[in-house]
Amino acid sequence: MTELLEIQDLAVEFVTPIGRVQAVNGISYSVAEGEVVAVVGESGSGKSVSAQATLGLIPQPPGKITSGKIRFRGENLLELDDEAIRQVRGQRVAMIFQEPMTSLNPVLSIGRQLTEAMRLHLGLSKAEADARGIELLSLVGIPDPDRRLVQYPHQFSGGMRQRVMIAMALACEPELIIADEPTTALDVTIQAQILELMKDLSARLGVALIIITHNLGVVARYAHRVNVMYAGRIVERGNADAIYGNPAHPYTVGLLNSVPRMDKPRGSPLEPIPGNPPDPANLAPGCAFAPRCRFATERCVQEVPDFVELADGHAAACFEIEAVRREAAE
Amino acid sequence: MTRYMLKRTIGAVIVMWAVATLVFFMLRIVPGDPIAAMLFDVGDPAAAEEIKEKLGLDKPMYVQYAKWFLLVLQGDLGNSIYGSNIQVNRLIAEAAPRTLSLATLSFIVATMIAIPAGLIAATRKNSNLDHGVTFFAFLGLSMPDFWLAILLIIVFAANLHWLPAIGYVPLSEGFWPWFSHLILPSIAVGTAFSAIVARMIRSAMLEVMKSDFMQVARSKGLRENTLIMIHAFPNALIPVVTVMGIAFALLMSGAVVVENVFSIKGLGRMLIQGILNRDYPVVQGTILIISAIFVFTNLLVDMVYTLIDPRIRYDK
Repeated sequence: MTELLEIQDLAVEFVTPIGRVQAVNGISYSVAEGEVVAVVGESGSGKSVSAQATLGLIPQPPGKITSGKIRFRGENLLELDDEAIRQVRGQRVAMIFQEPMTSLNPVLSIGRQLTEAMRLHLGLSKAEADARGIELLSLVGIPDPDRRLVQYPHQFSGGMRQRVMIAMALACEPELIIADEPTTALDVTIQAQILELMKDLSARLGVALIIITHNLGVVARYAHRVNVMYAGRIVERGNADAIYGNPAHPYTVGLLNSVPRMDKPRGSPLEPIPGNPPDPANLAPGCAFAPRCRFATERCVQEVPDFVELADGHAAACFEIEAVRREAAE
Repeated sequence: MTRYMLKRTIGAVIVMWAVATLVFFMLRIVPGDPIAAMLFDVGDPAAAEEIKEKLGLDKPMYVQYAKWFLLVLQGDLGNSIYGSNIQVNRLIAEAAPRTLSLATLSFIVATMIAIPAGLIAATRKNSNLDHGVTFFAFLGLSMPDFWLAILLIIVFAANLHWLPAIGYVPLSEGFWPWFSHLILPSIAVGTAFSAIVARMIRSAMLEVMKSDFMQVARSKGLRENTLIMIHAFPNALIPVVTVMGIAFALLMSGAVVVENVFSIKGLGRMLIQGILNRDYPVVQGTILIISAIFVFTNLLVDMVYTLIDPRIRYDK
């Protein structure tokens, strides 16, 4: 597989009244053509920030990208000027956001918002763009697309709006779509529909997909590869089967144990991760998860662990992988 | 829409009636009366009685009210009781176009300054340009309009002789004579108003720029101009239109001080004179007109909303 997007050692910080906040602390991951990659983590883990950095959408100031490269087809997106990055946005890399209720402009029609990128990037006429807009709406499963095209966002439900957002992302046939918590704000029944739709379209149209989510359950079904983030760092990466079936990092184990699973007996207790995520303005020198970790040792508090390769592409940043594995085997 | 319009119009008429009635009785409760004003307080009881009878002021208040109200229903606002006995209708017909001209031009001046200034300040937040606009906005706000008016007269009329210093010429006597007399007063009145609106546009724009949908629009690779003018500005305009509507109504009720400086005999001046003379019909008539202007400007603002914001459709 050819790598489409490669994020290398990306670090992003924000200058806030309480001091510098290291939101992303040297992360690396890649996405191949047509691949579905998940970035999983709690809120504040830096997963959205790393995605926004890809399209230069981090407001600077207060944000600042302090190191790293984001290569898209070999070209470092962080070095592009405003005009060049604008050409990438929407046309080659598109984004779907978390809040369908607030992500559409209330005063502009769906048609206008759906077609403006096509008219700008692809140079389509209004009639051509409208025709393609109707096509896209039916592609994402919106009934009666001719009538819907001239309506306004308030006439759409949350699920329908997220479908519109997907149609918007697909409009210019991008090579990569970044979906930032695309289903978090939706009803559970709608969540599955939207994810199925995205997975299906990604496979049919050959679009690579980065799904950013806090829900590890979502990931197992839809992603090829998974990156688990904690406090601005990736703590475990691997293909979905490995992460789900054979987790190595205590945080990943904790995440999996804190959601209900069909493969465990009914009534088996959920085990929440004790404590709270660390304050990103005030990170300790060692492993950020150490204060909440059952396996933590003296070393964990002082040193940041490096990745340990476990199998092909599966790696975890932890000193105590063997202890974690031993317990899992029991 | 028609049903809504009908409802609103009926509401407007009720408000006007309430205002007129309130003013009718309040005027008569306030100390001082027209007879005293006419006779300069010299106290000739016989003369006073005679005038009172002539004007019908000797009758009980409810009789006076009923008589006045019946006339108003027929479109007759009565005659001025002070001095020349001119019909109030005629006075208003003379004063209203002046005020309307001044208000409209001031409004245009203000909008033309405020929109670019507000947009520039918002899109270049914390730049020198933003600080400059803010500085001039506060200058405009804190500078009394009559002082600016005098300054303008000194520079453009007295020294440069570009424009007439005072007076008003009706539009029927030609566009330029009319316009040239109104330029300076419009700038004087419009400046303070533009400062308020520019500040409002700035803060509304900054608020809108933070919305999720702006981030979405940016992620589509749209040009900066499209982002600002098509995506952000109409949203920012929604709160601003309310203030602009109220301000327009205020301008219509007369920029009294500036009208005085430029000796334009508009509604504001007419009202003040009426109050000083306790000229009941003049005050009642002017206030009735002004309340009508307020009510219908509000109605207009509500109509403008529907043009900007598709979420507002009144017949649902």
